[in-house]
Amino acid sequence: MSDGTKPVLQVENLQTHFFTKAGVVKAVDGVSFSVERGQVMGLVGESGSGKSMTGYSLMGLVDAPGRIVDGHIWLNGVDVTRHDNADWRTLRGNRVAMIFQDPMMTLNPVLRIDTQMMEAITAHHHVSRQEALKRCRAALAQVGIASPDERLQAYPHQFSGGMRQRVAIAIALLNKPDVIIADEPTTALDVTIQGQILFEMQKLCRESGTALIWITHDLSVVAGLADKIAVMYAGKIVEAGSVADVLDRPMHPYTSGLLGSVPSSNVRGKPLRQIRGMTPSLLAIGSGCAFRDRCDDRAAACEAMPTFDVSAPHAARCHFPRLP
Amino acid sequence: MAAEQTPLRRFWSEFAESKLALLGLAVLVVVMVIAVAAPLLAPQNPYDLSQLDIMDGKLAPGEQSAAGKTHLLGTDDQGRDMLSGIFYGLRISLGVGLVSTVFALGIGLTLGMVAAYFGGWADTLIMRIVDIQLSFPAILIALILLAVFGQGVDKVVIALVTVQWAYYARTVRASALVERQKEYVEAATVLALSKPRIVFRHMLPNCLPPLIVVATVQVAHAISLEATLSFLGLGMPVTEPSLGLLISNGFTYLMSGKYWISFYPGVALLVTIMAINLVADQLRDVLNPRLKK
Amino acid sequence: MLAYFLRRLSQSALVLLAMSLIVFLGVYAIGNPIDLLVNPQADEVERVRATVALGLDKPLYVQYWTFLKGAVTGDLGRSFVFGVPALDLILSKMPATLELALFAMVLAVFIGIPLGLVAGLKPDSMVGRGIMAFSIVGFSLPTFWVGLILIMFFAVQLGWLPSNGRGDTVLLFGVPVSFLTVDGLSHLFLPAVNLALFKLSLLIRLTRAQVREAVLQDYVKFARAKGLSPSRVIGVHILKNIMIPIVTVIGLEFGSVIAFAIVTESIFAWPGTGKLLIDSINQLDRPVIVAYLMVIVTLFIAINFVVDMVYSLLDPRVRLGQAAGAGH
Repeated sequence: MSDGTKPVLQVENLQTHFFTKAGVVKAVDGVSFSVERGQVMGLVGESGSGKSMTGYSLMGLVDAPGRIVDGHIWLNGVDVTRHDNADWRTLRGNRVAMIFQDPMMTLNPVLRIDTQMMEAITAHHHVSRQEALKRCRAALAQVGIASPDERLQAYPHQFSGGMRQRVAIAIALLNKPDVIIADEPTTALDVTIQGQILFEMQKLCRESGTALIWITHDLSVVAGLADKIAVMYAGKIVEAGSVADVLDRPMHPYTSGLLGSVPSSNVRGKPLRQIRGMTPSLLAIGSGCAFRDRCDDRAAACEAMPTFDVSAPHAARCHFPRLP
Repeated sequence: MAAEQTPLRRFWSEFAESKLALLGLAVLVVVMVIAVAAPLLAPQNPYDLSQLDIMDGKLAPGEQSAAGKTHLLGTDDQGRDMLSGIFYGLRISLGVGLVSTVFALGIGLTLGMVAAYFGGWADTLIMRIVDIQLSFPAILIALILLAVFGQGVDKVVIALVTVQWAYYARTVRASALVERQKEYVEAATVLALSKPRIVFRHMLPNCLPPLIVVATVQVAHAISLEATLSFLGLGMPVTEPSLGLLISNGFTYLMSGKYWISFYPGVALLVTIMAINLVADQLRDVLNPRLKK
Repeated sequence: MLAYFLRRLSQSALVLLAMSLIVFLGVYAIGNPIDLLVNPQADEVERVRATVALGLDKPLYVQYWTFLKGAVTGDLGRSFVFGVPALDLILSKMPATLELALFAMVLAVFIGIPLGLVAGLKPDSMVGRGIMAFSIVGFSLPTFWVGLILIMFFAVQLGWLPSNGRGDTVLLFGVPVSFLTVDGLSHLFLPAVNLALFKLSLLIRLTRAQVREAVLQDYVKFARAKGLSPSRVIGVHILKNIMIPIVTVIGLEFGSVIAFAIVTESIFAWPGTGKLLIDSINQLDRPVIVAYLMVIVTLFIAINFVVDMVYSLLDPRVRLGQAAGAGH
């Protein structure tokens, strides 16, 4: 591979801010990471942590009153941060694709499946209708949908939730993108389907060498799936490393709090462990460590924002990280 | 930094975001003051026959009458001062519109809540009637009612009420059905509160926002409908001339260039209706939960 | 689908029957039917004779049956003023009204929807706000006043267009239409604009509201994420979704246009059913009023029925039915 050592996606100090009447909301406040070809990265955090907004920023889908204020995004070595809409359109659905959370609403209810699949191809390549249909059938087969011709003629409401999500995944794969961003794609599905889809996505990405960013609030989902994990809190990455490192030897108190509160790691009969306090409003964080109000190890140093070492294989944004 | 606002203050600040809506509200206040205080504000009582002189008829705006009074908006064919006529006309138009809306609101709200809360055959019956009535245009129903029952202020109000109640019933029922599923209703039922109490004290306040929007728009519709009916000669009697009747009076003079007899009452009507619609539009945007991102 | 069709058809028939009963009761039971059906100029002898001839001395249900029989065979009484069967009179004026209504609807749809689209996509721009302001004005202006202004301006002041009557007609499939002649068009223009204005404003507002809701939907985000051009996202994805409720509204509003035509026809002296109705009310030509009512009610029920059917055909979710669990 010519770019064997270069990551397919590199993000440096991404800042996506929202300029609202109530103030500036720093949804993404200095996020940096990189993803290699064929790698699966889990982006974990609760609602409001900025994980979805990071995903949208990587697609150029940040709408007013928000915009990317600072930082860089390199896709295949090209700086796409300042791309205008027309440039982004050549990339979206083509080199970088996205899968959304609710399969019920992401597919247009009044258009047929084949229409919605073919337009994803024809928006980027001049191919005949036959050729486009052929690719659609192949993509549907890839995601495990039998009798594709019947399915292509149908409408979204005729499918179950799991099926619709598979179609969405198939659409994402159509143009063989370099990166797929999956924003909580299994949250709306029931647990058994969730497992199937996770497994299939992992397989597909390995086979095609597509990088996958899996955005979720559920640690257990990424445990079996990802190669590396980044944990987000209040717009920043607070811990990042390989999946084994982060899940077995968490350094940041938030990560260990999250792991500790998973019901299966609790003792039966005892109250569930929780991280005390609540997520701060992004308008009211102030200048110190955003987690300090909920942290048991808080000290005077925490009034200053801790730094994060991007180059280290396993790092945490904390003055007093737990060390193994 | 954003201070905690009471819901009322937040509502007002959101409402005030639209300058047009504020303008509408201001105009509306002026119109209402004129309507209420017409006898005090009007330069002349146009229905006091002793004050009229037919020789003053058809004076153009700004001309002086034989007695030396300046008629800012001219006079009509009977010598009545247009400005005064408009003031009194506003009073009647607004009065009829508001009264009919209030009655229609009362009837529609009660029936809508009954339908939603009790369900079953009451619901089906009431909603069938509502559906059938709403599938016919208001003007048709009103026309036929007035054609059959004859003229008169009370008949006009009845016609307007008959035409409007169905909108309220439907809106209220839709909100009430949503509310009925909510937990606080279950809680109240478990506490064995009486049905009317649950319906009126607990569910009703939550059903109000869309109702307020509909009611505001409906006042404008009622005023417009009454004006149309009066214009066609089937509405208010000559003794209680609303703006529609004034416009109708002046229609025949339009061709001969004496436009002001129709025109200015029309402007007054227009301004009133537009002001109400501006306010209603902003109310709708502010109270619509689906547009909140 | 067939079951739905039949169910709606029988529902419509029931409503029609119910309406006929209401009309009947209104005329025969509440009003004084002698006044309604006998020429007011008739003297006492005539009235007695007419009472017997019309069967007004018979029990109410017998009268209703006679009324129904007459309605079904097209006999709804004779006009006092013109002396011809009321139904024939109304049907002869229908083409004029329908022509006016259709023209107005076409104007409203082809101007209103594009403007609403623009206003919905750019709600805070100058153009968007301008369109909304215009729609508020158009919505608030009572139809009769707009008619007045149009006449005042275009007919009296400028003298460009005629202000009353219908122009020359030619026969199209045996029906007299006036829009195919220049004179006809010039007479049609002002009343059609008058009638269209309110509906136009309504359509602008409706389209705008639909578009504003549509752009917040996930399928729009997904379409953009596929890299589709804005024209395709708007022209195919959004438009197809909003057209369903809009077409429904257009269908239902058509009935309303025919009703509003009453006012426009009165102002512009357009010889349609609306003007006929007003004249009849003023002249106490009550058989015509009753006949008009029955025709309009039938028309409305038919329109509602057709719109229902069209809606269920347009929306694939209704047409094909829900098929839950169609595979995982």
